[in-house]
Amino acid sequence: MSTATHSLPRTIGAHAVLLTYTAIALFPVILVIMNSFKSRAGIFGAPLTPPTPKTFDLIGYTTVIGQGDFIHYFQNSLVVTVASLFFVLLFGAMAGFALSEYRFRGNTMMGLYLALGIMIPIRLGTVAILQLMVASGLVNTLTALILVYTAQGLPLAIFILSEFMKQVSDDLKNAGRIDGLSEYTIFFRLVLPLVRPSMATVAVFTMIPIWNDLWFPLILAPSEETKTVTLGAQLFLGQFVTNWNAILAALSLAILPVLILYVIFSRQLIRGITSGAVK
Amino acid sequence: MTTKLLTALLLGTSILGSAGVAYAEDVTLNIESWRGDDLTIWKDKLIPAFEAKNPGIKVVFAPSAPTEYDAALGAKLTAGSAGDLITCRPFDKSLVLYQKGNLADLSALPGMENFSPVAKSAWQTDDGKATFCVPMASVIHGFIYNKDAFDKLGIKVPTTNEEFYAALDKIKADGTYIPMAMGTKDLWEAATMGYQNIGPNYWKGEEGRQALIKGEQKLTDADWVEPYKELAKWKPYLGDGFEAQTYPDSQNLFTLGRAAIYPAGSWEIALFNTQAQFKMGAFPPPVQKAGDTCYISDHTDIGMGLNAASKNADAAKKFLSWVASPDFATIYANALPGFFSLNNTPVKMEDPLAQEFVSWRGKCKSTIRSTYQILGRGTPNLENETWVESANVINGTDTPEAAAKKLQDGLDSWYKPAK
Amino acid sequence: MAAETRPKRPIRWHIAVFLAPAVLVYTAIMILPLAGTLQLSLFRNIEQSQVFVGLANFRTLFGDPNWSAGFWNALRNNVWFFIIHMLVQNPIGVLLAALLSSPRLRFAAFYRTAIFVPTILSFVIVGFAWKLILSPLWGVAPHLLDLVGLKSLFTPWLGKEEYALTALSLISVWQFVGIPMMLIYAALLSIPDEVIEAAECDGITGMAQFWKIKLPLILPSIGIISILTFVGNFNAFDLIYTAQGALAGPNYSTDILGTFLYRAFFGFQLQIGDPNMGAAIATMMFLIILGGVCVYLFLIQTRLRRYQF
Repeated sequence: MSTATHSLPRTIGAHAVLLTYTAIALFPVILVIMNSFKSRAGIFGAPLTPPTPKTFDLIGYTTVIGQGDFIHYFQNSLVVTVASLFFVLLFGAMAGFALSEYRFRGNTMMGLYLALGIMIPIRLGTVAILQLMVASGLVNTLTALILVYTAQGLPLAIFILSEFMKQVSDDLKNAGRIDGLSEYTIFFRLVLPLVRPSMATVAVFTMIPIWNDLWFPLILAPSEETKTVTLGAQLFLGQFVTNWNAILAALSLAILPVLILYVIFSRQLIRGITSGAVK
Repeated sequence: MTTKLLTALLLGTSILGSAGVAYAEDVTLNIESWRGDDLTIWKDKLIPAFEAKNPGIKVVFAPSAPTEYDAALGAKLTAGSAGDLITCRPFDKSLVLYQKGNLADLSALPGMENFSPVAKSAWQTDDGKATFCVPMASVIHGFIYNKDAFDKLGIKVPTTNEEFYAALDKIKADGTYIPMAMGTKDLWEAATMGYQNIGPNYWKGEEGRQALIKGEQKLTDADWVEPYKELAKWKPYLGDGFEAQTYPDSQNLFTLGRAAIYPAGSWEIALFNTQAQFKMGAFPPPVQKAGDTCYISDHTDIGMGLNAASKNADAAKKFLSWVASPDFATIYANALPGFFSLNNTPVKMEDPLAQEFVSWRGKCKSTIRSTYQILGRGTPNLENETWVESANVINGTDTPEAAAKKLQDGLDSWYKPAK
Repeated sequence: MAAETRPKRPIRWHIAVFLAPAVLVYTAIMILPLAGTLQLSLFRNIEQSQVFVGLANFRTLFGDPNWSAGFWNALRNNVWFFIIHMLVQNPIGVLLAALLSSPRLRFAAFYRTAIFVPTILSFVIVGFAWKLILSPLWGVAPHLLDLVGLKSLFTPWLGKEEYALTALSLISVWQFVGIPMMLIYAALLSIPDEVIEAAECDGITGMAQFWKIKLPLILPSIGIISILTFVGNFNAFDLIYTAQGALAGPNYSTDILGTFLYRAFFGFQLQIGDPNMGAAIATMMFLIILGGVCVYLFLIQTRLRRYQF
């Protein structure tokens, strides 16, 4: 890499822009977390100051933790998200590969068919989906949620992955074929590692709506044993609308696990992006 | 990464396995409700009281958020996964469920005789032949005020409009308090705590409401526009930025002691008692001239019905009969001051503010909200449009006359009163 | 377009194997339920049974002033919602990605992580947090404006018809700017060094390098984010719903197709849900989005040059 192009003012300028935007992005989050540690008077009196010994108060957290089993909810969310993610990525990559690699009759139609799902909110199919789950006895199980989220995540995953797979060099794949590798080996050994960066991107896109969904947990799995953390937080918000201590604490509790997960995951994500870029 | 995934998957299946285990011995009844606020009362007081008398029946109170309740319940009923007991909204929301066969007919339920025809009217077919929910409670509108603030400023409790505005002017001039805590962001505050609160004094309660249903009066008549003219006058007395003030904001504004008057529904009492650090009082909506008959909105708000598809109908009926009993009424009304029992047996209430509200039943004539019975069943929906227009009137984006005309036009588009 | 070349090859089972799991799950759990819902638009509930009425529901939707006014209002608002995303979110995303990808930038990992944080938050949190910040009661926004001497600029944005939709669009931009940023960032990183070095040998550096070399190379990615934004915006619902409620106040000024559909399909408060009219609206939304996606697939995507590295 050449360094000749990087003058000091431009570096400062870049940092200024990025810092400003970082501040905008983080401000609301910090505000919520900061105020969750304050007393009611502190929250309303001086919202912008960090908690001082005088305004420090954990009352919000004690209220929230006394109310529901948030750790259990969190486990449920984790199981649902990870399992759905796994299936979306596996099935999505396979289908995306088939669409981008092979020319066969109906390829474009199949692509369009698989993209239909991103055009209608799946929420509209609620009643039929619920009937299906009732018929198969899956109501109030996490399996029901995993199935729905897998179906919901697939269209976008296929859409993005097939676009990226078109950029994988044909020479490489053809070399593999000449060496006598099966199509499955070519996919799993040669292509998948190369599209890691886009897989990571798709993973993030898929994960967010699943983790944050309110509707299907409410309809398909509202029982105490299968409640997800978002549903738990929403019920809690409805119950304590005027109790800002509790609300800010509940919001913080809902933010922190995702934040931690993301910080861990983002390393993988970036490593995937940088190492995957063929240089 | 792969091993992590595998462990997570295994963990997942084991949780799935254990989630399926149900209690086989006892009958378990699930209650669908939008009253998340009441969770602790059900858990700690009502359900134990019932279970103590009915061994073998377990009851689970499973609320969802009020905003999602109707949509979620509808989907669950259609698919057959809803709970055994359904908390009923008044009038058409529940009537439609009954007509679809989701709610069972409870006319013959033991305990139903404890309720007057008026109490039952919110959960009956139009001809009154079938009742499908046990009435639980009604709520009364009025104004709650900060007694300390009134004492400090030397304000007497207003009974007429003139006194009401004089009081507001005085509070505004003093400047310590925001005169009135109300916002228009959530829309329904403006309609429910505004229009439906003060309106009955103008349209003469039941008289006007019935005439509207019969088509003898219109929303553009003076009696119905007048309350909007009053609402339009409220704007200068509301807090800064009231357009973006939400319902919880208003509640906090009042309970933090920053506002003097709160246009209220009686359901606020329990919450205000725990949050406000000052003395509170209440007064009914002021009348136009001293000596006028006063009218209050005493709205049948909540009932409970039986899911027609319930597999535990017998146990559920036992529970509903208990809900219809004076026992339940006493526990409920005292645990939730401001939700007034509809039971014929008078209920003793301890809370002074709740007693104040309920005492108006003796002095004033009661009515229910004008937009609920029959008129609330079409599209564009009169109740929902009333929310929007009441907020518009207070925001000053619509004149009272324009708002009334829009509502009447919307109503005319689908409602043809029986001649 | 993918014309078969009449080969004498055996049936390629692996294609079916690759496609089968996705197609099966997707068809069973998504397409069939959705098709079941959309066909409701051709029926109407008369005396508790579904009667076929042809296009009558669509005639009501466009002919009855009560419905059509609501529909056009929602569509107009939705277009504005989309325009703001295209004009604000995507350029900011590209800018941030371009800055982040400049080599040897310190703290790049920190910026990248921080700017993406809003995207991982749920609508419940975003809607609630911003309502609190913009709340006149809590006073964070007026206080902040006061710090920079602009307190007079404060208005209750979410409560004013003329500002509410724009304010919400910007909140949505705040939430989702991470997505274009990440996609473009990945695309910029995968540009081979040789290309850049060759450009530098030719004396193309700095801004010119970005416009002349990098931008054409990331155009396919910009295409993807545009279409994703389009689809996402016309399906949007949650943010408006959590921040403004299902009636999308004040005076329906923030009503978009998603909230309009929700009220019609599931009902709200006293309004009874009407699955038939709801399905008619859903069908219209579907056609709008399908139209956009087809334009992209057939007109834009096929003309974009793709480079295999």
